[in-house]
Amino acid sequence: MVKIGVIGLGKMGLSHLSIVKTHPDVKVVGVCDATGYVLDVMAKYTGLAPFGDYRALLDGAKPDAVLIATPSRSHGEIARAALERGVHVFVEKPFCLSLEEAHELVALARRKQAVNQVGYHYRFIAAFQEARRVLRAGTIGEVHNYRVEAYGPVVLRPRGSTWRSQKSEGGGCLYDYASHAVNLSNWLFGVPAGIGGAVVHSVFSSGVDDEVYATLYHANGVSGQLCINWSDETQRKMSMRVEAWGSKGKLNADRQECQVHVRGEGWSVRYTTDLTPPVRYYVRGEEFSAQIDHFVDRVAGRSSEEVNDFASALETDLVLEMLERDAALGARTTVVGAAPELPAGKASLRETLARWIAGKPALRLR
Amino acid sequence: MDRLLLGDNPFFGVNHMSEEKARAQALRFQSNRAVIEVLDVALDEGIRTFMCTTHERIAEVCDHMRANPARYAGYRFYPCMPYAHKYNNAVTELGMLGALKKMLPDGLLGSAVQGGLALATKDIEPVMRMLIDAEMAMFRGLATPVVFLQNVVVDFLMGLGFRDAFRLFARHVQERYGAEPGFITMNLPRLLDTLEQAGVDNPIVCANINQLGFRMCGGRELYERTIATRRFRPVAMSVFASGALPAREALRYVCAQKRIESIVFGASSRANIRQTRLLVEELDRDREAVAA
Repeated sequence: MVKIGVIGLGKMGLSHLSIVKTHPDVKVVGVCDATGYVLDVMAKYTGLAPFGDYRALLDGAKPDAVLIATPSRSHGEIARAALERGVHVFVEKPFCLSLEEAHELVALARRKQAVNQVGYHYRFIAAFQEARRVLRAGTIGEVHNYRVEAYGPVVLRPRGSTWRSQKSEGGGCLYDYASHAVNLSNWLFGVPAGIGGAVVHSVFSSGVDDEVYATLYHANGVSGQLCINWSDETQRKMSMRVEAWGSKGKLNADRQECQVHVRGEGWSVRYTTDLTPPVRYYVRGEEFSAQIDHFVDRVAGRSSEEVNDFASALETDLVLEMLERDAALGARTTVVGAAPELPAGKASLRETLARWIAGKPALRLR
Repeated sequence: MDRLLLGDNPFFGVNHMSEEKARAQALRFQSNRAVIEVLDVALDEGIRTFMCTTHERIAEVCDHMRANPARYAGYRFYPCMPYAHKYNNAVTELGMLGALKKMLPDGLLGSAVQGGLALATKDIEPVMRMLIDAEMAMFRGLATPVVFLQNVVVDFLMGLGFRDAFRLFARHVQERYGAEPGFITMNLPRLLDTLEQAGVDNPIVCANINQLGFRMCGGRELYERTIATRRFRPVAMSVFASGALPAREALRYVCAQKRIESIVFGASSRANIRQTRLLVEELDRDREAVAA
């Protein structure tokens, strides 16, 4: 029996708890949350041992492993406390909000030989696993450019009162949403060596960003584009899409299907219904069950395959930080001279531009 | 329950095989008139039950039916609650407790006070009753002989071990709406154990039942055995595995299991609806003939 504690009973924590509690090899020895109501209701109706403090859970319930699904800013602190006690750790994404902390935790987990995993569930979606297999097999040849897009209806109004609307807590599209796309992109195409043209906008939010766009540069010359927007109401839920252009063909993948076009041979399509292996217990998508069961298998010593370990999540954090830094630089190829502020979208735009061009006949770039 | 129930997935851009197809469907059905047209076509084919999520747009379909009582005499809804994305997005935006407070009806002072009290006492029964009533409000005056709890909620609560919630749900829909409780799940065998322990006898349970074994936790063989031997009223959904299976083959598999009472299917054209009806009639006749 693997003894597991669940820390943080928000949406993801409860979802993980629901899946892990049905595992035949797991005993949930305690749950922890800062909200008394959720904790009390859980204790009353499910008989789980409640803890108001994660240290009390770690020391009182003595779990072999913990699932941490607290607000992002506290991931590092709680993961460290667990690792120091030799407890295996599954932590929700994003991993840490500082690279320094992420580095420390990677080293600590290694030193303690603790199983470590981060909740980037897109790596457990069968159609993306198939995409990775196709890319690695060289079916579409050498990839020269790719695009990873994710759109969803998360923030559609200027409001919100939780940690998700605060930058310092790890809120915002970049850390809370784009992190999924970056993690998947790293897994499929490798970690980029540089970022350019990053744009981070707010659409509705005041304290945080709602959309992120950028170009990814790889050391071998491969490039990619990232387009992420969580204020897109035309989506029913988060929709992730990957396209890759290679020397022999093209690949399109989303959670439902993986389409491959090979030059001279045409299209072949594989669907999720055929690709997805059955799970033991289904709550809200096979990938959520698969990632938890993978973690349990690792803790129980039944699997040695690292999927979403801390080191790979650190790579994701690294790209997120590059994106943030690059976005702060703004445009880097610009028109020389004092360009007037163009009022975007206004009727006078053409007029302003015409006046400006008339005054500066020789346009130069730098 | 009728043999065939019309499902609503195509109307809300749900397709488990293709996002492009889902988008095309969402475009086509962005007007409720298009939804009602399909319901009418189905009704003309004798399909008079609409098994639908409590999506806010269904409220307008309900208005239309109330406004045309002669056309829709005998029509029945099987509401499936809640529309989960509404809750999911609210929890992301407001947190767990904030979402709960938002979902509780606050128009009436009485229920707000009651809701506040219920939250304070950690008693889920009044909270559940109010949430169910809020979802059922749109069906006022229409026939809702079966009320389903959606799979994401059923499987989530079952996983957490909230066995009481199923008993409370069943009791409330029976007492308040004179309806039979139904449960949708992706984990059929396990749910039957849980409902038995919760004291819900001979439940209506809707689950994926398809030849592919798609989203049938425990596997196809266990499902077949469960359907053949256990005490419950099975409703088959996802019989075509989102289009991965040819219609005749898919329906033959389901129709051959004689304890399956109803089949819920999504369709958006007259041809598909008619073909499904004719195929099921034919396959049912074949089975009866073999049995005789």
